[in-house]
Amino acid sequence: MATRGFFGRQRAPDGMAERLPPGQYFEEGFPVLTAGATPQVATSDWSFSIEGLVAEPRTWTWEEAHGLEGSTFRGDIHCVTRWSKLDTSFGGVSVDVLLDAVGVDDRATHVLSFCHGGYTTNLPLADVRGGQAWIAWAHEGRPLPTEHGGPARLLVPHLYFWKSAKWVKGLRVLDHDEPGFWERYGYHDYGDPWREQRFQGD
Amino acid sequence: MSDQPREVQPVPWQTATVTSIRPETPRAKSFRLALPEWTAHRPGQYYTLRLTAPDGYQAVRSYSIASSPLDEGEIELTVDCLRDGEVSPFLHDVVEVGDELELRGPLTEYFVWDGGSPLLLLGGGSGVVPLMSMLRHRRRARPEVDVRMLYSVRSPEDVFYRDELGEETTLTYTRRTPEAWTGATGRIDAGLVADLAWPAGMAYVCGPSGFVETGARLLMDAGYDADRIRTERFGPT
Repeated sequence: MATRGFFGRQRAPDGMAERLPPGQYFEEGFPVLTAGATPQVATSDWSFSIEGLVAEPRTWTWEEAHGLEGSTFRGDIHCVTRWSKLDTSFGGVSVDVLLDAVGVDDRATHVLSFCHGGYTTNLPLADVRGGQAWIAWAHEGRPLPTEHGGPARLLVPHLYFWKSAKWVKGLRVLDHDEPGFWERYGYHDYGDPWREQRFQGD
Repeated sequence: MSDQPREVQPVPWQTATVTSIRPETPRAKSFRLALPEWTAHRPGQYYTLRLTAPDGYQAVRSYSIASSPLDEGEIELTVDCLRDGEVSPFLHDVVEVGDELELRGPLTEYFVWDGGSPLLLLGGGSGVVPLMSMLRHRRRARPEVDVRMLYSVRSPEDVFYRDELGEETTLTYTRRTPEAWTGATGRIDAGLVADLAWPAGMAYVCGPSGFVETGARLLMDAGYDADRIRTERFGPT
C-alpha cells in the first residue's frame, strides 16, 4: 500500500541501499539503547569467563584478555529499533580464540552471554564461531564508551544488535537454547536482520 | 526456564484510518487512529508505523501510545516533530484526517505498567507519551493506585497534555519557566527524585538518552533496585 503523499527523503547514499536489511534505515550516528541503568565497570574489576559445557572453565582479566591475539571487525551493524550503521569498526578478541582455549564439549549447541547489570542474551554456538563474534573493547580505534558497553561488549554483527550484549562478563555454554533478557520479553530467539526476525513469531 | 519452543504468531500489519489530529505543542501532534484489528494494549507499549513511497521505498518508525486501552478500537499516538527526520515531518505536514496508515502493534513486553502501586513516572520531553498512557489508564481503571510523575520540559510551550496534568505531576523547566513560577527549575536532580521516590513500587523512565541515564542513576541512589526501574530511550546520544 503506497502512503498518500509520501515519497521518502532519507534514502541511503548510493551503493548502500542494498546493504540495509528490510525495514532498516541508514544512521550516521550510534544511538544508545539500554534496558535500565548503565553499569560502571572499571577495567580493573572487569573479567571475562567461559563456563558450562567446556573442558576447562576459565576467567580472563582485562590484561590477560588483551594479551590474546587481537582482531578487528569492519562492517555493518543493525539494531532492532531500525537503524543500521554501515562501515563501522570494533576491535577486540575473536570469540573463537576464547572458546578454543576452554575446549567446548561436543554436546554444546548454544551459549547464553551474561553481563554486568544482569542482562543476558542467547545465541546458537555456531553463530559465535567461525570468525563471526568478538569481545570488543574498541570502537573506531578508541576505547569503547561506557554507554555502548565499555569496557567490553559482545559483538555478533550478523544478528540484530541486542545480541551484542553490552558490559559482557561471560558466556555459559549449554546443550539447549535458553531465552535471555529481551527474548523473554518477546524478542526473537535468533534475530536475523535479513529475515526481519524482530519478535517471537516473526 | 523453559527450553521448549514457543508458538507465537507474528504481530500483523494493518491499515489504520486517521480519525483526528490535535496539536499538543507547536512541535507535537496527537493522532487518533481507528484500527480494524484493534487489541487492548498495555500502557507503555508502542506501535510501529510503515510509510511506503510509490516506488516501494519504505520508512519505518515506532511511536508510543498515549491513550488508555479502554479506548476501544482506537489508539492515540503523540509525535514530536524532528525537522531533520523523515517520518515525523511527514506526519505533521502531510497527514490529514481520513488518511490511511500502516501499523503493527502493540509491541514491547518490557516497558509496560500492569497496574502495580505505587507508581513513579519520570518523563523528559516527548518521553512523557507512554507515561501518559499509564496516567490516563490509571485515572479511568485504577484510581486507587498511588502515582507521581516528574516531567522535565524546556519551556512552558513544550508541555504535552497540559490540561490533563494534575496534582500527581511535578514539572521542572530546564530553560524557561512560566511567569511567577515557584516550582522546580533545571534538570532533574537528587533532591527532586528523592522527594518523589517510592522504592517499593516500579519506576518508569522515558526520554532522551541523557535524561534516562541520569534518571535511572538518581532512582538507584534513592533506593530503587535496578529491576524496579524500566527505561525507554529516544533518539541519539
